[in-house]
Amino acid sequence: MSETLAPTRTPAFEARLRKRYAAERRFKLAGLGAILFSVAVLVFLLGTMLINGAGGFQRATLKVPVDFTTVALTVPQGLDQAAAMRTLESQGLPEVVSFAAEQALGADGGAQIGADGWRIVAEQLAANPELLRGRHEFVLPASEDLASAFSGDGQAELQPLARRLAAEGKLSNDFDPGFLTRSDATDPQQVGIWGALKGSMLTMLVTLSLAFPIGVLAALYLEEYAPKNRWTDVIEVSINNLAAVPSIIFGLLGLAVFLWMFPNMRSAPLIGGMTLALMTMPVIVIAGRNAIKAVPPSIRDGAMALGASPIQVVFHHVLPLALPGILTGTIIGMARALGETAPLLMIGMRAFVATPPDGFTDPATVLPVQIFLWSDEIDRGFVERTSAAIIVLLLFLLLMNGVAIYLRNRFEKKW
Amino acid sequence: MVTEETSASAPKMCTRDVSVFYGEKKAVDTVSIDIPREFVTAFIGPSGCGKSTFLRALNRMNDTIASARVEGTIELDGEDIYRSKMDVVQLRARVGMVFQKPNPFPKSIFENIAYGPRIHGLAANKAELETIVEKSLRRAGLWDEVKDRLNDSGTALSGGQQQRLCIARAIAVQPEVILMDEPCSALDPIATAKIEELIDELRGRYAIVIVTHSMQQAARVSQRTAFFHLGRMVEYGHTSDIFTNPREERTKDYITGRYG
Repeated sequence: MSETLAPTRTPAFEARLRKRYAAERRFKLAGLGAILFSVAVLVFLLGTMLINGAGGFQRATLKVPVDFTTVALTVPQGLDQAAAMRTLESQGLPEVVSFAAEQALGADGGAQIGADGWRIVAEQLAANPELLRGRHEFVLPASEDLASAFSGDGQAELQPLARRLAAEGKLSNDFDPGFLTRSDATDPQQVGIWGALKGSMLTMLVTLSLAFPIGVLAALYLEEYAPKNRWTDVIEVSINNLAAVPSIIFGLLGLAVFLWMFPNMRSAPLIGGMTLALMTMPVIVIAGRNAIKAVPPSIRDGAMALGASPIQVVFHHVLPLALPGILTGTIIGMARALGETAPLLMIGMRAFVATPPDGFTDPATVLPVQIFLWSDEIDRGFVERTSAAIIVLLLFLLLMNGVAIYLRNRFEKKW
Repeated sequence: MVTEETSASAPKMCTRDVSVFYGEKKAVDTVSIDIPREFVTAFIGPSGCGKSTFLRALNRMNDTIASARVEGTIELDGEDIYRSKMDVVQLRARVGMVFQKPNPFPKSIFENIAYGPRIHGLAANKAELETIVEKSLRRAGLWDEVKDRLNDSGTALSGGQQQRLCIARAIAVQPEVILMDEPCSALDPIATAKIEELIDELRGRYAIVIVTHSMQQAARVSQRTAFFHLGRMVEYGHTSDIFTNPREERTKDYITGRYG
């Protein structure tokens, strides 16, 4: 008779053991595959954005030397910039500039200076009247038609001109710092992102300062003070449902309620922020309640047994320990609000706004809406501008989340 | 601490027919007991016998449980602590508590001790606060181990040190009674011995009530012992009597290890 093996040493057991290890390896591989897939998608997305968007931070410019020694232009002392520019215009600067452009670029090339090209010259002259004494080369934006011809599409008849000017070194793509300081325009050569960026900042400020305190207070009250009865159950279910409501519904609410209350504030960051705060608040409440629930009861007991009053227990112990969790919820909520377009369309933040908002009640637009509007434009030049705007939006998002994560890590405590 | 003439005889806390309910369930059934001010009183009994629930009734920690309800009277120096005018914050400052699991705040050692005196305004300035912290840590026998790292987190200490920190934290608000809910059940034997030593040193300064699973511990640290079973107090008396000469059959069975 063969010797009886212990059940954990039989071949059947060893086969099962091998199967268990194989299952674990498969699981690990599947997880690794999922991570690699996500990374690949992310890299593809960011790569495409960067490659497309890099062009959006550039614009086609023409180099135009202007000789002021032959013309009698003067900037009187003590004028502000607008007045100096008006004086220069009445003295015939636009004609001087277009004449110089024709001289430098040829008759067909001169026509490709944007209609407002002289304004850039005038601004520089107003800032530095010394330039009027000699010859100076100005870098002026090319017209949109020439810019698209330069990039290889657009009107076929302009392409030889673009090739000639580029070969002469007079037409080139330059980094356009003005993209970050200008606002929306109809000409892709003239647009900038600052108006939308500032609008987003103001809107987010309103959203945060409404949604965070209200959300945290609601979460604290529901967890710490509210009696557990049918009404609080109804409130809990309502808040959970609110977090799942499609955002455009909040836009309709903002349109029906906020714009009815403040009819003069159409397109204002204040109204946009209030609308987005409604959307963000339930997310903060839910995350806040979970974070507050996760504070160990032993810490509460310890504080209470020392004679801390309920409000001291909450503000000295529960809230500091729950704060990292609350901030995580806030990050998610704010990131969603920052990327939100639909509700803002409803309250008129899709208007064409060519000047950056000066305050919370000025008409404004926000980054995602600006991206949406530009992506709808027919002009070829807007494609790259749209990608550039997306990069700005992503960087803003990254910055916002970075600050929140920094704060969260600072408050994070171990017990 | 003990200044009144009558103090030696009058009990610190007095309970009469105290019952505690969780909803419909009666967890503690008509317990009457006098807690002396100069001794350590131990509550022993099998798990689920209501001794911890009863202990938590003594400083109204059960108030936080919505379904809990207390009947009967509990008096602290002759004052009914469940009367409507009793201030719970003041009561808990007078009746401190140490829990089963060490629960230092996730703050520095100094802040752990200073928290109680600070919220009650017991120190006029930083120097006084530092004095209180040092005195409390010394009394809890922890000063020499932590004096060089008062700014380290309280949660970085070992389990036994954490529990002594919690005792020091309770002492810092100068309570009259300290309730201890199985303070050693999460600790190793050496840490347990230190805590027991500490309890012995604190005796007389504070009225101490300790709930414990360990009969040996009750025998070592207490002078009065109450035996609980199924929510009722079966027997209460001098510790030596309970352990050597119990009146009740059930007490005897428990002491001799027949159940529990």
